[in-house]
Amino acid sequence: MTPLLEIKDLTVEFPTRRGIFTAVDKASLSVAPGEIHGLVGESGAGKSTIGAAVMGLLQRPGHITGGTINLKGRAVSGLDRSAVQALRGREISMIFQDPLTSLNPLFTVRQQLVETITTHLDVTQTEANQRALDLLQRVGIPEPEMRLDHYPHQFSGGMRQRVVIALVLCSEPDVIIADEPTTALDVSVQAQVLDLIKDLARERQVGVILITHNMGVIANTTDHVTVMYRGQVMESGPTAQVLGAPSHAYTKSLIAAVPRPQIKQHRFAQVSFGGRETGFQIADLARNWNKPQVDRAKPLFQIEALTKRFLQKPALLPRNRHYLNAVDGVSFDIKQGEVFGIVGESGSGKSTVARLIGGLHRPDAGHLFFDKKEIVAGADLTAYRRQIQMIFQDPYSSLNPRMRVDQIIAEPARHLGLLSGKDLRHRVDELLDRVGLGSAAGQKYPHEFSGGQRQRISIARALATQPRFLICDEPTSALDVSIQAQILNILKDLQEHLNLTMLFISHDLPVVRQMCDRVGVIQRGQLVEVAQTETLFTAPRHPYSRHLLSLMPRLDELATPDLTTLSAPVAPRPAPA
Amino acid sequence: MLSYILRRVVQSVVVLLIVGLVAFSMFRFMGDPIDNLLGVERTVEDIDRLRAILGLDQPFVVQYVKFIGNAMQGNFGVSYEQGRPVSAILAERAPATLELALVSGLLAIGLGIVLGVYTAIRRDGWAAHVIMTVSLVGVSLPTFLIGILLIYVFSVELNWLPSFGRGDTTDLGGWSTGFLTTSGLKALILPAITLGLYQMTLIMRLVRSEMLEVLRQDYISFARARGLSERVINFRHALKNTLVPVITVTGLQIGSIIAFAIITETVFQWPGLGLLFINAIQFVDIPVMAAYLMLISVMFVAINLLVDLLYVAVDPRMRGEASQ
Amino acid sequence: MSRLYRAWDSDLAYAFRHSPIAMFATLVVALLVLGAVFAPLIAPHDPFDPATLNLMNGFTAPGTPNAFTGDSFILGTDNQGRDMLSTILYGMRVSLFVGVAAVSLGMVIGITLGLIAGYRGGWTDTLIMRVADVQLTFPSILVAMLIFGIAKGITPVEYRDQVAIWVLILAIGLSDWVQFARVVRGATLVQKNKEYVQAAQLIGRSGTAIMLRHILPNVLSPVLVIATISLALAIIAEATLSFLGIGAPPTQPSLGTLIRVGQGFLFSGEWWILFFPACTLLALALSVNLLGDWLRDALNPRLK
Repeated sequence: MTPLLEIKDLTVEFPTRRGIFTAVDKASLSVAPGEIHGLVGESGAGKSTIGAAVMGLLQRPGHITGGTINLKGRAVSGLDRSAVQALRGREISMIFQDPLTSLNPLFTVRQQLVETITTHLDVTQTEANQRALDLLQRVGIPEPEMRLDHYPHQFSGGMRQRVVIALVLCSEPDVIIADEPTTALDVSVQAQVLDLIKDLARERQVGVILITHNMGVIANTTDHVTVMYRGQVMESGPTAQVLGAPSHAYTKSLIAAVPRPQIKQHRFAQVSFGGRETGFQIADLARNWNKPQVDRAKPLFQIEALTKRFLQKPALLPRNRHYLNAVDGVSFDIKQGEVFGIVGESGSGKSTVARLIGGLHRPDAGHLFFDKKEIVAGADLTAYRRQIQMIFQDPYSSLNPRMRVDQIIAEPARHLGLLSGKDLRHRVDELLDRVGLGSAAGQKYPHEFSGGQRQRISIARALATQPRFLICDEPTSALDVSIQAQILNILKDLQEHLNLTMLFISHDLPVVRQMCDRVGVIQRGQLVEVAQTETLFTAPRHPYSRHLLSLMPRLDELATPDLTTLSAPVAPRPAPA
Repeated sequence: MLSYILRRVVQSVVVLLIVGLVAFSMFRFMGDPIDNLLGVERTVEDIDRLRAILGLDQPFVVQYVKFIGNAMQGNFGVSYEQGRPVSAILAERAPATLELALVSGLLAIGLGIVLGVYTAIRRDGWAAHVIMTVSLVGVSLPTFLIGILLIYVFSVELNWLPSFGRGDTTDLGGWSTGFLTTSGLKALILPAITLGLYQMTLIMRLVRSEMLEVLRQDYISFARARGLSERVINFRHALKNTLVPVITVTGLQIGSIIAFAIITETVFQWPGLGLLFINAIQFVDIPVMAAYLMLISVMFVAINLLVDLLYVAVDPRMRGEASQ
Repeated sequence: MSRLYRAWDSDLAYAFRHSPIAMFATLVVALLVLGAVFAPLIAPHDPFDPATLNLMNGFTAPGTPNAFTGDSFILGTDNQGRDMLSTILYGMRVSLFVGVAAVSLGMVIGITLGLIAGYRGGWTDTLIMRVADVQLTFPSILVAMLIFGIAKGITPVEYRDQVAIWVLILAIGLSDWVQFARVVRGATLVQKNKEYVQAAQLIGRSGTAIMLRHILPNVLSPVLVIATISLALAIIAEATLSFLGIGAPPTQPSLGTLIRVGQGFLFSGEWWILFFPACTLLALALSVNLLGDWLRDALNPRLK
C-alpha cells in the first residue's frame, strides 16, 4: 500500500547566536491510511519539530535544510506559502497540546466549526450546520444542539479537546498530526480521548502521527512507533515489536526505565544511553550526617481531622460564599523511617495536604502532631522547620532564577540559624560535590542547568539543614523518564542511608508502588483508603482505589527489563474488578 | 455579570463623590469661600447673610452634602476672576471643546486603528518601518510643539489656515457650533490635527502591539493549521481578539483627548474649557477650577463605565456563564 | 572578572552590541546627560549672572557677530542677551532633574504598592487596585495639573517659585505610579505561585523578606522598560506644564519654559530662540523613547 505520508531524511536547522542547532537530523518515517504512528522521545528529541515541519508551521528562524516530505505521492516540503496553506485543513491537520489555548475564546463552537467546514467543503450553510452537529455527536459531546452555541470556556478540559478533534476532522483531512493531545488532560479523561482518536482513525482511514513522551500511550494506542533521541531516529517499526523486543540500545534503556505497575522493583533501571550523569555519593553524605534514631513502630506524624477550605466564589454576604473543601477531615499516621505515599488525581487535595504539613497553609480545623508535640499555626515554628524540608515538582520554578546556586542551597540553613560563615560555605560545597554537580557549580545560575540537574540542586538545598522528614511533592512528574529514574534512585538512597521519614505525593501509581511502604488514596479531599502498598495494589478495597488502578496504562507488551539486579517479580495482579 | 455591572456603577458613584470631596476641599479651604462665592463687590450685610446661609460653622459633612447638592443643580458659585456664575461660563465654553474633541477623537481612533492593524499585519514591509519610525517621533513630540510647528508652516509661512480662535460660529439654541461656517471649519483643522496626532500615534502603537501579541497565540496557529486563509485569520479572528483590550484603552484615550485639549486650546487660543482651566489655575480662580474638575470627572466616569459595559458585551468570558 | 564577562556575554548585552539604533540612542542620551550635569563647567556663559549679561547682545542670530558689541554666540542669544547654548544646557538640567526625580518617585511608590498588592492579595490588593483604577480614570497630565494647582493655591506667593520644582516632581511622580504598580502586581502574582517562593515560605521567611529578596529581582525586567518610556513621558509632561506656565518658574527655566518664551518671538523672525530648545527637547525625548522601545523588544522572552 502506498504510504499516505512519507518523510525521507528530513533535516531541520535553527540558526542561533551560538551556532546552528540541528533539531531534526535525517529523520525518516511513513504513515499508511488508518494507521496510528507514534513518535516518541524525551524532551529535545525533535518530535514536535517534525510535526511542525510537515504542517509548514515551523517557528522562525527554523527551516528545512534537507530531505523530502511526500503527501499522497506529491512533494510538499519545497512548496511556497500559498501552496502549503492550500493543503492545510483539506489534506493535513494538527491537534495541539493545550485545548485551553487552541480555541478562540470569542467565537462559539458553531461559528468555528461552520467557518472551517465552509472554507474547505462546497456546502450550504444549512448543511454545514448539520455537519457540525453530527461531528459534535460523533466526538461524544452530550446535548450537542445546545453545546454548539457555547463558548470554549464553558467546556471542561476533556470536552474541549473533543471539540478540537471535531474541528480537525470537519475539513476531512487525510493525515492528522496529534502533538501531545492528552498530556494536559486529567488521567481519567486521557484514555477516553485516545480511544476516540483510535476509533476515528480506523473509521475514516486517516493516518495519524501521535507525538508523545509517554510510553503507556504508545503501548495502548499506536500501531507503529518511531523512537527519537536528540533529533535522530533510533528505531522504527511495529509497536509490538519495538516495545516487546527492542533492538537499539537507547530504546532498550528507555523502556527499562519506565516504572512498571505489576512488579515491585527495588531500584529503578536507569537510561544509560548517551553518557551517564555523575553519580550520587551517598556513602560520604551518610558519614557526616546526624542520623536520628528510628523506631518503626512509633509514629513521627499524627494527623487528625485536618481540614482546609478555599473560597471559591466570593460574595459580600457570608452565607452566599461558596467554599471548596480542598482537604476534608483527613487523618493518618506517618511512622518513623517509613515512606508514606498519597495518590490521587489532580485537584484531589494531595498537594494541599503536603502544604498543610509543611506549614504553608493554616488548617481550618484538625490537629497536627510532630514527635508528639502539636504544631500550631502562628506559633514559633523554627524548631519544627529545622526538621522538615520539601522537594518540589517543577525544577524550572523551584529555584529562584536570580539567585546563585550556592545562595539557594545556603538559604534554609542560614535563615534557620543552623550554620553561618565558613561552616555554611563548606557545607554547600560539600553537598554540591555529593549530589554530583561539583562545588564550582555554586557560582552559576539555575538557567545554566538541565531539569534533572536542577532537581539535584533542589535536593542539595533540602539536605543542607539535615532534616528528619522530607516531603516530596510530585518530584519527578515534570521530568523525562530517564531523569526520573535517577532522581527516584537518589531519593531511595537518601531515605535508606539517612534514616529519613518521607511523605511522597504523586498521581503516578507505578512510581508510588516502587517508592512507598504505605499508601493513602485521596479523592476530592477525603482519604478513602490507607493500606500497605502491596496490599493496595493487589487487593484494593475502596471502589475509587480500584478505579484508579484500572486507569494505569497496560504495559504488558513492554519488554521486561533485565531483573537480575532487581528483586524478583511478584505474582501478576488480578484483573481489575 | 449583573454583579459586575453593579459593582462598576457603585465604583463610579464613589469616584464622583471623592472628586466632589477634593473639589469641595479646594473650595472651602483654599482662599476665602466668601470671596469665591460673592466675588469682590459685596457689602458687610451680604457677608453676614451668606455666612449664615452657607452655614460655615456647621460640620464638614453637612457643608459637603450641601456642596454636592448645589453641584448637582449646576450651581458652582461665582467666578472669582470674571465675576459671573460659573455654570454660565462652562455652558458657554463647552461646545468649543466638545467639537474639537469629537473631530480629533475620530481622527485619532479611526486612523490609529487602521494604521495599527496595517503595521501589525505587514510588519516586515518598508512602509511599516517608515510608519513606526515616524510614530516614534510623534510620541516624542509634545503636543504644544506640534501645534507651534503647524502654526508656523500653515499660518505664518503659507497663510492657508488661521492660527488662533474658532472663526465664525453659528448659535443653535445655546450651542455655538463651528461646523456650519467655512471659517469655523478652517479654524478647526490645525487644532484637530495637533490634538489628534499624538493620540493617534499612541493608539496606533497600542493596536499594533496588541495585534502582534494576538497573532502569537495558539488559537491563531490552530486556525492556520485548519487551513483558514491569512485574510480570514487577520481580519476575522485576530482583529476581533485585538479589539477587546483596545476598547478599554481607547476609552481612556478619549479622556486623554479631553485633557490634552487644554494644551491645544492654549496654543491656538481656542475658547474652550481647557483654556478656561489654565487661566483659572494661573489666577487661582477656585470656583472655576472646582467646577471644571467636577464636570470632566462626570465625563470621564461616564466614558469608563460605557467602556466597561462594552467590554462585557464583546467578551463572552465576562458574562459569567457557568462552565461544565 | 567572570561576573563582568557574564554580563557582557548575556543576551541583552549581545543584542545591544548588534543594534545600531540602541547604541546611537544611548550615545545621544549620554551626551545630553553629560551636558546637563556638567553645565556649570562647560557653558560658555552663566545665563543667570546679571553681571555678565549685556542687553545689547539681545537677538543676536546664531553664528553671526552682534551688530553692537561684536560678540559671537554659536546658537544666538535671546531677548535679554543670554547665550542660547548656556540657557539650553541649564534648561536641560532642570528638565532632566525633574524627569528623573519624578520617575523615581513614581517607581518607588508603584513598585512598593504593586508588590504588596500582589503578594498579600485579599483586601489590601482590592484597595490598592481600586485606588489605582480611580486614579486611572483621569489622564495623568490632568492629575499633575491638579496637584500643581492645589499646591500653588496653598503656598504663599513669596514661596511659589522656590517650591515649584518640587511640586512639579511630586505632581508628575504621583500621576505616574499606577502603571508601575499594575505591572509589578501582575508580575508578582505570577511569581507568587512559583515554587521557589513556597520554598522560602517553608523555612519561615517573612513576607517582607520574600517580597524584597525573592520576588523583586524577578519582576524588575518589565519595570525597566516602563521606567525608560516613563522618563520620556515625564520629560514631555514637565515641558508641557512649563510651557503652559504652570511648571518650572522663570528663575529656573526648563526647556519647556524656554520654548514658551521662544514662541513669542517665532513670528517676528528670531526663530532660533524657539528652535534650539525645541530640537534639544525632541532629541532627548526621542532617544529615550528609542531606548525604551528597543529594551521592550529585547527583554520580551517570546520574541527570541
